[in-house]
Amino acid sequence: MAKPTCFQDVILALQDYWGATGCAVLQPYDMEVGAGTFHPATTMRSLGPKAWAAAYVQPSRRPTDGRYGDSPNRLQHYYQYQVIIKPSPPDLQALYLGSLRAIGIDTDLHDIRFVEDDWESPTLGAWGLGWEVWCDGMEVSQFTYFQQVGGHDCHPVSGELTYGLERLAMYVLGVDHVMDMPFNKPGHPQSLTYGDIFREAEAQYARFNFDTADTNVLLRHFEEAEAECAALLDQPALDPRTGRRIVMALPAYDQCIKASHVFNLLDARGVISVTERQAYIGRVRALAKQCADAFLMTEAGGWAEPA
Amino acid sequence: MSDLLIELFSEEIPARMQARAAEDLKRLMTDGLVEAGLTYAHAGTMVTPRRMTLALEGLTDRSPDTVEERKGPKVGAPDKAIEGFLRGAGVARGDLDVRDEKKGQVYYARIQRKGRAAPDIVAEVLERTIRNFPWPKSMRWGEGSLRWVRPLHRIVCILTGPEGHEVVPFEVDGLRAGDVTEGHRFMAPGEIRVTGFEDYQHKLKRAFVMLDPVERAETIRADAANLCFAAGLEIVEDAGLLSEVAGLVEWPVTLMGRIDAQFLDLPPEVLQTSMREHQKFFSVRDPETGRIVRFVTVANRETADDGATILNGNQRVLAARLADAAFFWQNDLAVAKDGMGAWIENLKSVTFHAKLGSEADRVERIAALARELAPVVGADADQAEQAARLAKADLTSEMVYEFPELQGIMGRYYAKSAGFPDTVADAVAEHYAPLGPSDMVPTAPVSVTVSLAEKLDKLIGFWAIDEKPTGSKDPFALRRAALGVIRLLLVNELRLRLFNATNPSLVEMRTDLVVRERENVLGAISDAIAAAKEYGTQFSGHLHGDLASADWVDEAVQLYPDLLAFFHDRLKVHLRDEGIPHDVIDACLAMPNADDLTLLVKRTRALAAFLKTDDGTNLVQGFKRANNILAQAEQKDGVEYSFGADAKHAHTDEERALFAALDAQEPVIQKAMAEEDFTTAMTTLALLRTPIDAFFESVQINADNQILRRNRLNLLSRIRDLCLGVADLTRIEG
Repeated sequence: MAKPTCFQDVILALQDYWGATGCAVLQPYDMEVGAGTFHPATTMRSLGPKAWAAAYVQPSRRPTDGRYGDSPNRLQHYYQYQVIIKPSPPDLQALYLGSLRAIGIDTDLHDIRFVEDDWESPTLGAWGLGWEVWCDGMEVSQFTYFQQVGGHDCHPVSGELTYGLERLAMYVLGVDHVMDMPFNKPGHPQSLTYGDIFREAEAQYARFNFDTADTNVLLRHFEEAEAECAALLDQPALDPRTGRRIVMALPAYDQCIKASHVFNLLDARGVISVTERQAYIGRVRALAKQCADAFLMTEAGGWAEPA
Repeated sequence: MSDLLIELFSEEIPARMQARAAEDLKRLMTDGLVEAGLTYAHAGTMVTPRRMTLALEGLTDRSPDTVEERKGPKVGAPDKAIEGFLRGAGVARGDLDVRDEKKGQVYYARIQRKGRAAPDIVAEVLERTIRNFPWPKSMRWGEGSLRWVRPLHRIVCILTGPEGHEVVPFEVDGLRAGDVTEGHRFMAPGEIRVTGFEDYQHKLKRAFVMLDPVERAETIRADAANLCFAAGLEIVEDAGLLSEVAGLVEWPVTLMGRIDAQFLDLPPEVLQTSMREHQKFFSVRDPETGRIVRFVTVANRETADDGATILNGNQRVLAARLADAAFFWQNDLAVAKDGMGAWIENLKSVTFHAKLGSEADRVERIAALARELAPVVGADADQAEQAARLAKADLTSEMVYEFPELQGIMGRYYAKSAGFPDTVADAVAEHYAPLGPSDMVPTAPVSVTVSLAEKLDKLIGFWAIDEKPTGSKDPFALRRAALGVIRLLLVNELRLRLFNATNPSLVEMRTDLVVRERENVLGAISDAIAAAKEYGTQFSGHLHGDLASADWVDEAVQLYPDLLAFFHDRLKVHLRDEGIPHDVIDACLAMPNADDLTLLVKRTRALAAFLKTDDGTNLVQGFKRANNILAQAEQKDGVEYSFGADAKHAHTDEERALFAALDAQEPVIQKAMAEEDFTTAMTTLALLRTPIDAFFESVQINADNQILRRNRLNLLSRIRDLCLGVADLTRIEG
């Protein structure tokens, strides 16, 4: 493929590359999440014995990182590219390096390094060992072998790759300010920069996240999501309407995602004290764990009708 | 004899684990081989990010045959017992020996063990080593259950003898040992077949792998020094970073880069920390100005453009990082110039410890205590309080949030830009010091005051909530804090009664904290606090009053002796390093005002010096003799001989001489003691040695004449009192 000239070239190159290696190219999850890991295609599918391979773009929100569109590299809404393969193939590092070449990084001219960085998500009750991958001193990806998710040992182990798309694309395209990055092909009448699309959104959301979001409403949403999650999982597996066994792990997990995002917003609003913070994280983790337990009771999670 | 080469080739091993892991590999393998009966001449180990290598020279080919004799049951023992013995020993009944022993005939088995070939033993020991390797953190991968630090891909395990090399047949979790490895991931991809260690090392070097971590570190150090020298600059040495960086590369290539001019005004500590923590860059200084002007980075490869692309990338990344740092710096300066009020306010929501309140509560206590301590230290009380109030403000600044290790350092910059005097700003920076036994001790009075207050508050606080160090556990670094107080007092020769009841702030803080704890635990209510406040400000008057019945008063009163004992323990450790034995310290601890550590140490040092002289040791002997005789007499007679001895009852010249000597020296000693001139007191005391010795030589204490006896005992008592007034010499050993 030709060297990318814009943001979407980088995304499309990654989609092509990972699609060609055998990953299902999925679409983003339709909820507000802090990172691509939250997509059930990663959190849930890394559990249980079944093989899995997926790649997708995930819009991610980190309310505290908002800079009103002014910062050259910090955004409250950005894109992650996520690859998850179970079991982790023996040549995952080589596959990963191939993806860098696919987006135009000449590994003969650049210095690619795997630097220890163990990953942990206290809200998901998940951790793994791996590296941050450096290209010429810049972190371009997170590379993790999942060991536990939702409190369960991963067996087999999934290999997870996460690319920070804006930062990676800026590097490949040689752009210093994210808002100056061409989003589609430059030189066309409708050429757009990243800033054309997102600068105002960043300012609007920064104002919302930092000063305007109604904390009482958010606190209530948190409680509601928590209660709803528990209520869904409390339902018996047998669905009275169809007479079928339907464990609602995914709808329950949506509530967990919701609670997690609401917590991030509350955090950005500065209404959560240090001690409360740990308590909230613990509450989200408890939800994630229950959802993981439930997912293992579904067919995708490896559950089978007892013979 | 052959040489053994083992390489464990994996995905990238964290730099911080490499050195230890290489040592563990050597230890586990050599211990295992030796235990199994093999010997070797020399063992060497090397490690890179992707491989651990062990090379053994002169490994024996077999373990020796062995014969073990094992004693069995008596002849005629039940068959079951004999069969059990045969099974355990692995021999047939007919092979047993019978021997006559004192208690009858006994079976003996001779268990012969054939020696085993080296490859069998190596395979067994290597499998055990891999399966039980003590990684600080290990993981599984794929579908396997083997644990390693990161996925393990290849095992080289070959024995090389005069006839060539052979692969040791060996397999762990489907991974089969061979004689194939790989070179540099990018510069020499592909397989490399090796025949022995020399061949291996040579081929790897050609494949751009520098096996020896020491060689890599030395290469980086020398190359960096050359680059700097050529530019008229100097590197900021950083041994920790050097060893880390050497663990991130197999083929180190050192490059020097520029820092954008717009960032050169950032404080040098910020530049240095940002470059080291985020980028693992070395800082490069201009020796003329002392400023950080460039960086050195270490790449893992050579490139066709001599590293131009790599350096350019690194410079761009650094610019983005420093833009962040500059953003924090600008935001922080705005808050600082505004007087730092926002940060100080934020401290209310930062928990110091659940039972000790917020950082704001703590600052309040430190400020009050600093005010109290200021006159003792000779600091301006207003400045001390001001510095204490600012000391923790930078904890909520953006820069310190990003780089916690810059706490205090940033505080100084911010305090200066807020317009506070340098003495106050310096105290903000220095109030954490000294952090270790060799760290710099502040000497500026305001710094000393705040540093003392910070540490005393911490110690009293954690004592009040009963979170004392136990064994090796000291999560709040209280030993370090106590040593800090000791060093601050001694270096600055400060005279301070640490736990003087007349020091209201200390007392109030202590009672406050104890009450707070009570509140937490028992839900004690506000009148207790009011009472405690009163108790605090009028300590001595109320100590034995009606309040003394409450539990928490007992607790508060118990606190100090225990904490003082902790200080004394730390002090003993500190003085032991000076070569002062513990009995000398004990002799001084028993003296009044032992919570004045400077006084205590002065006395201890004088006594230690005194005891090194002949006069000193002899005087102690004389004292002990007097003390023993007195103690016996007092026990026998049931009285204490403390009534003044009278010279008119002195019969001998020696007795009269002793009276004269005491009359002459007593006032000198007492005057010296009053002036805390312990050396003079002790050398004067030493003048009594001759008359005391002569007295004991010539005079019988327990004379038949009771008047004489009593007078002589009272004379001994005078000597005892005089000596004990200087130090508790009964504690001196030997």
